[in-house]
Amino acid sequence: MTQKSHIMPGFRPAISFTLFYLCLVVLIPLSTLVFKSLQLSWADYINIISHKRVVASFQVSFVTALIAAVIASIFGFIIAWVLVRYPFPGKRLLDALIDLPFALPTAVAGIVLATIYQPSGLIGKLLMDYFGVQVAYQPLGIVVALIFISIPFVVRTVEPVLQEFDTKMEEAASSLGANRLQVFVKIIFPNIFPALLTGFALAFARGVGEYGSVIFIAGNLPYVSEIVPLLIVTKLEQYDYAGATVIALTMLMISFLLLLVINLLQRWVRKRSGQL
Amino acid sequence: MKLITFFTLPLLALSLLLSSTVYADRTLLNVSYDPTRELYQDFNQAFIKYWKEKTGETIEIQQSHGGAGKQARAVIDGLEADVVTLALSYDIDQISERAGLLPKDWQTQLPNNSVPYTSTIVFLVRKGNPKGIKNWDDLVKDGVSVITPNPKTSGGARYNYLAAWAFGQKQGGSQDAAKEFVKKMYKNVPVLDSGARGSTTTFIQRAIGDVLITWENEAFLAIKEFGDDKLEIVVPPVSILAETPVAVVDKIVKKNGTQDLAEAYLQYLYTPVGQKLAAKHYYRPYQPEYADSGDVKRFPKIELFTVNEQFGGWQKAQATHFADDGLFDQIVAGK
Repeated sequence: MTQKSHIMPGFRPAISFTLFYLCLVVLIPLSTLVFKSLQLSWADYINIISHKRVVASFQVSFVTALIAAVIASIFGFIIAWVLVRYPFPGKRLLDALIDLPFALPTAVAGIVLATIYQPSGLIGKLLMDYFGVQVAYQPLGIVVALIFISIPFVVRTVEPVLQEFDTKMEEAASSLGANRLQVFVKIIFPNIFPALLTGFALAFARGVGEYGSVIFIAGNLPYVSEIVPLLIVTKLEQYDYAGATVIALTMLMISFLLLLVINLLQRWVRKRSGQL
Repeated sequence: MKLITFFTLPLLALSLLLSSTVYADRTLLNVSYDPTRELYQDFNQAFIKYWKEKTGETIEIQQSHGGAGKQARAVIDGLEADVVTLALSYDIDQISERAGLLPKDWQTQLPNNSVPYTSTIVFLVRKGNPKGIKNWDDLVKDGVSVITPNPKTSGGARYNYLAAWAFGQKQGGSQDAAKEFVKKMYKNVPVLDSGARGSTTTFIQRAIGDVLITWENEAFLAIKEFGDDKLEIVVPPVSILAETPVAVVDKIVKKNGTQDLAEAYLQYLYTPVGQKLAAKHYYRPYQPEYADSGDVKRFPKIELFTVNEQFGGWQKAQATHFADDGLFDQIVAGK
C-alpha cells in the first residue's frame, strides 16, 4: 500500500466536502473583500480608517458589543443554571422561548425594542420617569438590542456543559466540608468557565456584526450612536465601494484577532483546570 | 415520503414558473424612492389597463422602494430596473456615470427635464403646534427637537438640508452664517434615519421630536393615515422645489426587450391620467390643468427655489455638501 489510509473511514470525502464548503461560503467571499481593498494604496487605507467618524463608530461598535456580551454572559449563565438544575412547571416552554431571538428577524426585534424602550414607551417611560435614563436612541439602546440577540448563544453553549457536569464532584466537595459558595467558586465555576468563554465570544462576535436590530434603536447619530455596519452601508449608498470595503476588512481583522485571543485564552483555562 | 417530495418539489417549481409566465407577457420593474409607493400602486393599475386596451398585451409591473441612494446603487450593482423614478437627478446621473446604463443626456428625453411631477419640503408638527413653529429659523431654537433623515443616504434629507442652508444663507448673508445655521439645526436632531419613511415612523409612531422636516406628499399622506387630530402641516414661506426625475434605463430595456413598454410607461405619467394621479397622491403635477382642481387647491402657495438656482446643480451641491469631509460631515463633526 503506497497510499496512507486514514484510520477513520470516510476521511477523504468528508475533508473534501469541508474544504469545498469553506471555500464556497467563507473563503471566496472574504478574499474578494481583500482583493477589492488591494486596489487602494496603503495611504488611502490609513486615511479612510483613521477618519474620526470611522474611529468613533469602531468605538461604539466594540464597546457596546463588549458590554452586551458581558451582561449576556452573566444572565445567560443564570438562565442556563436555572434550566439545568431546577425542575419547575413550564420549564420546557421557557426552554423554547430562549431560542426565539434566533428565529425572529432581527429588524422585528429592533422595532419592538425601540417601541418599548423609547422615552414614551412601556418600559422607556418608567426608566425615564424614575431614573432619568433614556435607553432608545442612545448607545444604551444598542446594548439592550445586542443583549437581546446574544443571550441564546450563551445559554446554548453553557447548558450542555452544565448538564454533563458530574454532581459527584460537588457531593465530594461538600462531604469534605466545603460550603456552598466554595463549591460554586472552586468546583462548578472553573469547569463551566471555558464554555462560558465560548458563549461570550459568540455573543461578542454576533454583537459586533449585528445590523438589523440595532439601526432601529440606535438613533444612528455620527460620533454618538453610529455602528460600523451602518457606516459600511452608508458608504455603499454614497457609491464609495472602496471605503466600505476597507472598513469591512478592518472590522473582519479586528474580530478575527479578538476571537483568536479568546480561543487561546480558552485553551489556557482548559489546560489549567485539567480538561485538556 | 421521500419519493413524494422528490416528485412534488420539481412539479411545484415548474408550475410556479409556468403560472408566472402565463400570467404576464412582459414584466416591467420600476425602481423608485421611498414615499412613492402609493402613487405607483395606483398608477401601475391604470397603466396596465391602458396597455391592455391599447395593445391587448397583459403586463406585470413590479415596484421597488427605498432610500434613493440605496436604490440607485442597487441598479448600478445589477438590479435590472427598466425604469427609475428617483428623488433627485444626481442619483440617476450616477447610474449613467458609474454603470453606463443610460446616456449622459437622459434628462432631455422627456418633457420638463424628465420631471413629470414635483414636490417640496414642509414641516409636520404635533396638533396645535405646541412649539409655535412657523419658519426655518424656529428649527434652530433651543428645546425644539427636529426629525430629519441622514442626507448622506436619503434624497429627501438632502432637500431638507439644502432648504435650511439656503434659508440660513439668505438670513445671515453668507456661507458661514448658513453653515452655522444648519449646524444649530442638526444639534436639535436626536435621531438620523436612513430614509424619509423611517423618519416619519420615528416622528409619528415613536413620538420623538417636535417637528418633522419632510416631503410635502409624505406630510399629506401622514395626515391621511394618522388623522388631523394628531398632526398638522406647517408650510414655511420659502422652500425648495424638489424635482423628482424619471428615466428609462436604456441598456436594460434593450436587453429585456421592453423599450416600447418602458417609454410608454413614463410618457403615461405626462398624460391627463398620470397627472391626475400624481396630484391625487399629493405630488405637484407638471400640468395642473389636467388634475382635479380640488387636488390642486390643496397645494399651498409657497416661494420655491431650485437646486440649480441656489447651488449650481446637483453635482456641485453633492460635492460641496455631501461628499466625505464635505460641509455636512464638518457640521456633524462639530467643526
